[in-house]
Amino acid sequence: MSALVRLADVSKYYGNIRALEGVSLEVHAGEITCVLGDNGAGKSTLIKIIAGLHRHDAGTFEIEGEEVRLGSPREALDRGIATVYQDLAVVPLMPVWRNFFLGSEPTKGKGPFKRLDVQLMRETTRAELHRMGIDLHDVDQPIGTLSGGQRQCVAIARAVHFGAKVLVLDEPTAALGVKQSGVVLKYVAAARDAGLGVVLITHNPHHAYLVGDRFVLLKRGAMAGSHAKPEIALDELTRQMAGGSELEQLSHELERAPVPDVIGGKHVEEPGQGA
Amino acid sequence: MSAPAVPEAPADAPVAARSYARRLLGRPELGSVVGALAVFLFFAFAADSFLRASSLSTVLYASSTIGIMAVPVALLMIGGEFDLSAGVMVTSSALVSSMFSYQMTANVWVGVGVSLLVTLAIGFFNGFVLTRTRLPSFIITLGTFLMLTGLNLGFTKLISGTVSTKTIGDMEGFDSARALFASHFTLGGVDLQVTVLWWLGLVALATWVLLRTRAGNWIFAVGGGVDAARAVGVPVRRTKIGLYMAVAFCAWISGQHLLMSYDVVQSGEGVGNELLYIIAAVIGGCLMTGGYGSAIGSAVGAFIFGMTSKGIVYAQWNPDWFKFFLGAMLLLATLLNAWVRKRAEASK
Repeated sequence: MSALVRLADVSKYYGNIRALEGVSLEVHAGEITCVLGDNGAGKSTLIKIIAGLHRHDAGTFEIEGEEVRLGSPREALDRGIATVYQDLAVVPLMPVWRNFFLGSEPTKGKGPFKRLDVQLMRETTRAELHRMGIDLHDVDQPIGTLSGGQRQCVAIARAVHFGAKVLVLDEPTAALGVKQSGVVLKYVAAARDAGLGVVLITHNPHHAYLVGDRFVLLKRGAMAGSHAKPEIALDELTRQMAGGSELEQLSHELERAPVPDVIGGKHVEEPGQGA
Repeated sequence: MSAPAVPEAPADAPVAARSYARRLLGRPELGSVVGALAVFLFFAFAADSFLRASSLSTVLYASSTIGIMAVPVALLMIGGEFDLSAGVMVTSSALVSSMFSYQMTANVWVGVGVSLLVTLAIGFFNGFVLTRTRLPSFIITLGTFLMLTGLNLGFTKLISGTVSTKTIGDMEGFDSARALFASHFTLGGVDLQVTVLWWLGLVALATWVLLRTRAGNWIFAVGGGVDAARAVGVPVRRTKIGLYMAVAFCAWISGQHLLMSYDVVQSGEGVGNELLYIIAAVIGGCLMTGGYGSAIGSAVGAFIFGMTSKGIVYAQWNPDWFKFFLGAMLLLATLLNAWVRKRAEASK
């Protein structure tokens, strides 16, 4: 089966700055591809290329076998790639149902009487959210009043409803607590089971390992590894993600480092210092 | 995807829809309606002649001249932008139709048509420069405001030799144009200016657009979260340019009214009116930061303006105090709006 999205040796430069170089990844239907990396590793740049906000400078980007250079988010959406950003691309003051259909509003009537199909919009929103397990009693409430996890789920439900084939999720669990993260991951898995290809961007290897089928590691804009789930254990993934040998060296340095005089040298006694 | 059995909504959420009272509390124009009632009662007691039919007619006329412009300015503010050039644009629009008709000795309607094109072009310019440069609209329209003020005076002196235009009252087409823009009619014993009809029509149209069309959804979205709107495919540039052109269109209506009611135009007029429009929109519940507000609110705001400006006269006070009242009203209304919104959001 061919991949829904395939990136091969994709690079992106902002002037002289290398934001991304030689990154390859594949997304298949019914699978979750996780992109892992620290801050500044190039995750956002990668998302922006897939979502159509930026064009790549080198390498190939294929959607369902066809090579593309996306010019706008609209183009990506039309090709079935829906991106759920960290800020969720929702307008906080607008009601849930208006947000759900924003940019793709259904209308009825003709000519000057062409108007929003408000009833359809309200009912569809309620039904789609219910399908995702969110029981909102009032779709008229501003979306800003929902919890972070609920908003994330609305954004995912929206992408699923509009027939996305590929769902790109930017750090969906970054700002959430443990329980809410679990709920969101459940919906990510539900989207996968519905046959979507999912790109999950995260810096949390534990979350990634729970749901991922493939893992792509980024470091300072370059690929640091690419593994299928059977090839790698969680410990190894965590170690690579955390910087592996760099982290070990850092822990040695921390142990040996003398306390500088300016902050009191050895005279300071703090309760938790031994850690 | 099967529906998971456990709903994620908080367990304490009541199943019933929001009550009627809460819906009412959530309306942006609520604060302004309360304010309008207070102002009305105040002048009804303070000025004996305030409740006469002729006074109502005067108040409505004053409200409509501000209200016609407050509608698009409110839409623009919901869309997250300002237009400081709106006041002088009205004068520019009137000057163009007057001077074009006079200089070309053309039918007044030709001038009116040319003026529409020119005014829409000014609106397009505002929107285009804004969306291309991404500078704050405050700066860009301040620039347009100053440029138009200069052009109004400069061109008028250059062409007419004085600061006002030549009269076009005896020209062909003037009477029919006056009928459309500056006539008056009697309704239920009250003599009303046609601008009141324009005003109410524009409020109805804007409300329909805001709440029941895709464009309305986009206006709220570009004001409430421009990045989010762009990311889901809302045509941000088109929406903002369209809003500036709506301001221009209404400036054209106001400008033609200005011209047809006196048949000459003073080129220095209009300066400062842009703030009155913004005040009406803000009193009506528009959020300065965008994404929230209503067209009906702007109408209530304009009505408060009309009542205050004329009420002071009927109460036989010195009109010098008017600006003080307007300022106090603006502060009170904004505070009231903020308080109401906080209550509405807390009660959810």
